[in-house]
Amino acid sequence: MSGTTLAHSAHQPEVNYLNHTKTLKSWLFTLDHKRIGLMYLGAVALAFLAGGILALLVRIELLAPGQTIMGPDAYNQSFTLHAVLMIFAFIIPAVPAVMGNFVLPIQLGAKDVAFPRLNLASFYIYLLGGVIVLSALFVGRIDGGWTFYAPYSERVGDSILFVTLGVFVMGFSSILTGLNFIVTVHKMRAPGLTWTRLPLFVWSIYSTSIVQVLATPVIGITMVLLFLERALKIGIFDPALGGDPVLFQHFFWFYSHPAVYIMILPAFGIVSDLMGTFSRHQVSGYKFVALSSVAIAFLGFMVWGHHMFVSGQSATSSIVFSLITYLIGIPTGVKVLNWVTTMYRGSIWLQTPMLYALAFLFTFSIGGFTGIMLGVLAIDVHLHDTYFVVAHFHYVMMGGNVIAALGGLHYWWPKMTGRMFNETAGRVAAALVFIGFNLTFFPQFIMGSQGMPRRYYDYLPEFQGMHQLSTYGSWVLAAGLFLILGYLLWSLVKGERATANPWGALTLEWTHASSPPDMHNFHDTPVVTRGPYDYHLAPELFVTSPGGDGAAEQVHPTETKA
Amino acid sequence: MGENGNVWMPDAMSTVASEVDSLFYFVLWTSTIIFALVILAKVYFAVRFRRRDPAEVPQPIHESKLLETAWIVIPTILVLIVFTWGFKVFVKLNSPPPDAYQITVRGKQWFWEFQYPNGTVVANEMHVPIGQPVKLLMSSEDVLHSFFIPDFRVKHDVLPNRYTSLWFEATAPGEYQIYCTEYCGTSHSGMLGKVIVQTEEEFAAWLNEQSQDLPPAELGANVFRQYNCGVCHSVDGTRIVGPTMKGLWGAERQFEDGGTAVADENYIRESVLNPGAHIVATYPNAMPATFGSLSAKQLDGLIAFIQTLE
Ligand code: HEC
Ligand SMILES: [Cu+2]
Repeated sequence: MSGTTLAHSAHQPEVNYLNHTKTLKSWLFTLDHKRIGLMYLGAVALAFLAGGILALLVRIELLAPGQTIMGPDAYNQSFTLHAVLMIFAFIIPAVPAVMGNFVLPIQLGAKDVAFPRLNLASFYIYLLGGVIVLSALFVGRIDGGWTFYAPYSERVGDSILFVTLGVFVMGFSSILTGLNFIVTVHKMRAPGLTWTRLPLFVWSIYSTSIVQVLATPVIGITMVLLFLERALKIGIFDPALGGDPVLFQHFFWFYSHPAVYIMILPAFGIVSDLMGTFSRHQVSGYKFVALSSVAIAFLGFMVWGHHMFVSGQSATSSIVFSLITYLIGIPTGVKVLNWVTTMYRGSIWLQTPMLYALAFLFTFSIGGFTGIMLGVLAIDVHLHDTYFVVAHFHYVMMGGNVIAALGGLHYWWPKMTGRMFNETAGRVAAALVFIGFNLTFFPQFIMGSQGMPRRYYDYLPEFQGMHQLSTYGSWVLAAGLFLILGYLLWSLVKGERATANPWGALTLEWTHASSPPDMHNFHDTPVVTRGPYDYHLAPELFVTSPGGDGAAEQVHPTETKA
Repeated sequence: MGENGNVWMPDAMSTVASEVDSLFYFVLWTSTIIFALVILAKVYFAVRFRRRDPAEVPQPIHESKLLETAWIVIPTILVLIVFTWGFKVFVKLNSPPPDAYQITVRGKQWFWEFQYPNGTVVANEMHVPIGQPVKLLMSSEDVLHSFFIPDFRVKHDVLPNRYTSLWFEATAPGEYQIYCTEYCGTSHSGMLGKVIVQTEEEFAAWLNEQSQDLPPAELGANVFRQYNCGVCHSVDGTRIVGPTMKGLWGAERQFEDGGTAVADENYIRESVLNPGAHIVATYPNAMPATFGSLSAKQLDGLIAFIQTLE
C-alpha cells in the first residue's frame, strides 16, 4: 500500500469538491463526476418523491371500494404516472447515475470518468427526457400502466408518442452513462487494480452498463414504429390498420425485461459491498458473483416472453421462455446464498447500511421465490395480471433495488457530504421502512392469488381487508422514508463531521480519499496491492483505532501511515 | 382472506383447478422452507458472529466445493421438477376436449357478450352446464381484454385481431366471478361478469327461456344490469361517472354546446347508440360507443325501464 492512508484522520482537508468553488454556474456546468452524481441525486429524489406521493394517493383511493378520493380517470392516470416516474425517472437512473457516478471512478482510483463532458450531457439529456414525458400529460391522457399495450394506448391520443419519446431520451442518457462507465472500467483502473480486485459494485455497474447500451435502442425502434403507425397509418400494432398488438408486447418486453436487470444488478453490487464491509470478510464466491452478473446481463435478453404466457403468443414459445427463465433464476439464488455465507465467521457490525443489506436479503428473496412461482406456466395462467404480480415486482424493485439503494445511500452519505447521519434515527427509519414495506405488499400476494386483478379502480368487498392493510402499510413506509429525508437533511447542517473511513471499508474511496473527497479525488494515484475485501491483509486499518465506528466521536484523531 | 376461508387460492371449482393448486402449494411450501432456512441462517450468523471488538479482523475461510456444487445442483433439480410439472398442466389447460360445448365470447369496452350455439346472446352472465367441458372462443371488438375466472384457474387475453380460447369443466353449481384483467380504459374495473353453473336440465331450461319474451321493462332492467350501465349511471339519483337515470324520462337536458332537448324515446335511443352526439352539460364524453349492437327489442326494453325510474 502506498501513499497516506487517511482512514482515521478526524481532520479532513478544508478544501474539497463541494466547496472549492461555490457559484451556481460551477455546479450547473461542472464536469466533476461527484457533483454530477449529486445533481442526479437531487433529480431522482424529486422523481421518487413525486412517484411516492402518487402511490400514496392510489393507496388511499383503494381504502374502500367505489370512489374514495378520486374518479376512475384520475386514478388510472395516477397509477400510470406513478409507474412511469418510478421506473424510468427513478429506479433506472438511481443507482448507476447517482452512486455509479459518485463512487465508481473513485473505486477505480481514477480522477474522473473517461468522458466527463459526455457525463454532464447525460444529465441534461435525462432532464430533457423527464420534461418530455411530463409534457405527455398535457397532450392527452396517459393511462393503462407503464406497459402501454397497443392498441389501447394508441387510441387514446398522441400522449403515447411523447411518453415513448421521453423514455427513449432518458434511455439515451443511460446509454451514454453506460458507455462512459464501460470505457472507464476498461481504461482507467489504478495500477494494481486487476479485474479480480475490482469491488463488486464496479462489476455490477459494469454489467448494468452493458444492458443499458444494448437494450435501450429497442425502445427507440418501438417509438419510430408507433410514430409511423400514428402519423402514416401504416398498420404495425393496431389491428384496425392491420397490425398485431402482440408484436407491441414483444417489443415492449424485449426492452423492459432487460430493463429489469438494469434495475436489479446495481442492487447486487451495493449489497455485495455492504456485506463485505460490515462483515469485514471476503464476499464468498467473489468470482461467481462478479461473472454471473455479466452473464445475467446477456441472458436477460432471452426471457422476455415470460411476460406473455396468456397473451396469445404460441404455447411453444411460452414453454421455451419458461425454461430459460429458470436457468437465469439459479445464479441469482446462488448469489443470495453467497451473501449469507459471507457473514459466516465474519465480524458483523449492525449499522444502518448493514440493516438495509439484511432487509434486502429478506425482501429480495421473497421477490425471487414468487418470481419462480410466476415462471411456472400453469400457475402463471392464474396469477398473471393480478395483485400477485404487483406484489412480486414491488418485492424485486422496491424490496430489491430501493432497499439496497437506501443501504448504499447511507453507506456513502459520509463520503458524499462529509457528515454522519444520526445512527439511532437511521435504525428507526430502517425498521419503519422494512415493516411498512412488508405490510404494504405482502397482503397483495394474498389478494392476487384470490383473484384480485391489477389496475382496478374499484374492487369487490371481499378484498377490502387486504386493501386496507396495504394502505396502512404505505403510511408506515412513508413515515420511514420521510424520517430518512429529515435526518439526512439535518445531518448536512448539524451532523458530526465524518472521518475518511468511518465504516472501516477497504475500497479506495474510503482508504485513499478524504470525506468529502478532494476535487481530484486523490492527491497521488493510489496503487492497489490487495483485493477489495482482503481485510485480513489490511491490519493498519483496524489496529490503532476502534475500527470504523459510525459514531464518529469514537474515532481516534490519529493519522496512520501504511 | 377470501370468503371461503382459504388464505391463498380460492376454492377449486373446475377439473384443472385442483391440479394447478397442488403445483402452487408444492412451490409455495418448498420455497417457504428454503426461505426460512436462509433467513434463519442469516439471523443466526448476525447474532453469533456480531462484532464484539472493533479491532477484530476475521480470517478468510476456505470455500467448500461440495457446498457450492450442492447449491447449484439442488435448486436446478427442483426447478426442473417444477418446470416439467407446470408444463404438463399448461398443456392440459391449452387442450380442450374435442366434445366441448362451445360458447363465443366477445369483449367490448366494458362488458362481455356470450353467444350460444342456438344464437342466443346474453351479456355478462354466462350460464354453463355442470360436468361438461366448455370451450370459449374469444375475440374483442376494440382493445385488448383478458378473460379470467379465478375459481376455475383459467385466463386468456382477448384480442381484436384473432381468436383465442380457453376451456374448463365446472365441478359444482354456483356463481363464479369473471374479471377483465387486461387494462381497457375508464371502466376496466367494472368489466365484470358471472359464470352461472347449472345442472344439465336447469341449463337447458334457461337456454329455452332466453328465446321467449319478457315484459319490456323487465327486459330493459336485465339489459341495464348485464351491460354494466350501472357502473356509470345510478338509478337512485346519485352522480357517478354519468348522469343518474332516475327522473331522466321527460326531463329537459342541457348540453355542453348550449343546446337542449327533452328526454324522450328518440333522445334515449340516440344517447345509447351514438353517445358522442350530445354531451350532457358538466359530464365528460366518457360513454363508450360500443352499444351499437343492441337489438331494437333491447332498446325498447331500456326505454321502458328508464320510464319506470320516476
Ligand atoms: C363508462 C361510463 C358509461 C357507461 C358504461 C354507460 N354510460 Fe351512459 N353516459 C355516460 C356519460 C359520462 C354520459 C353523459 C355524457 C354524454 O351525454 O355522453 C352518459 C349519458 C347517457 C344518457 C343520457 C343521459 C342524460 O342525462 O341525458 C343515457 C340515456 C345513457 N347514458 C344511457 C346508458 C345506458 C343505457 C348504458 C348501458 C347500456 C350506458 N349509458 C352506459 C357514461 C356511461
Ligand atoms: Cu378489459
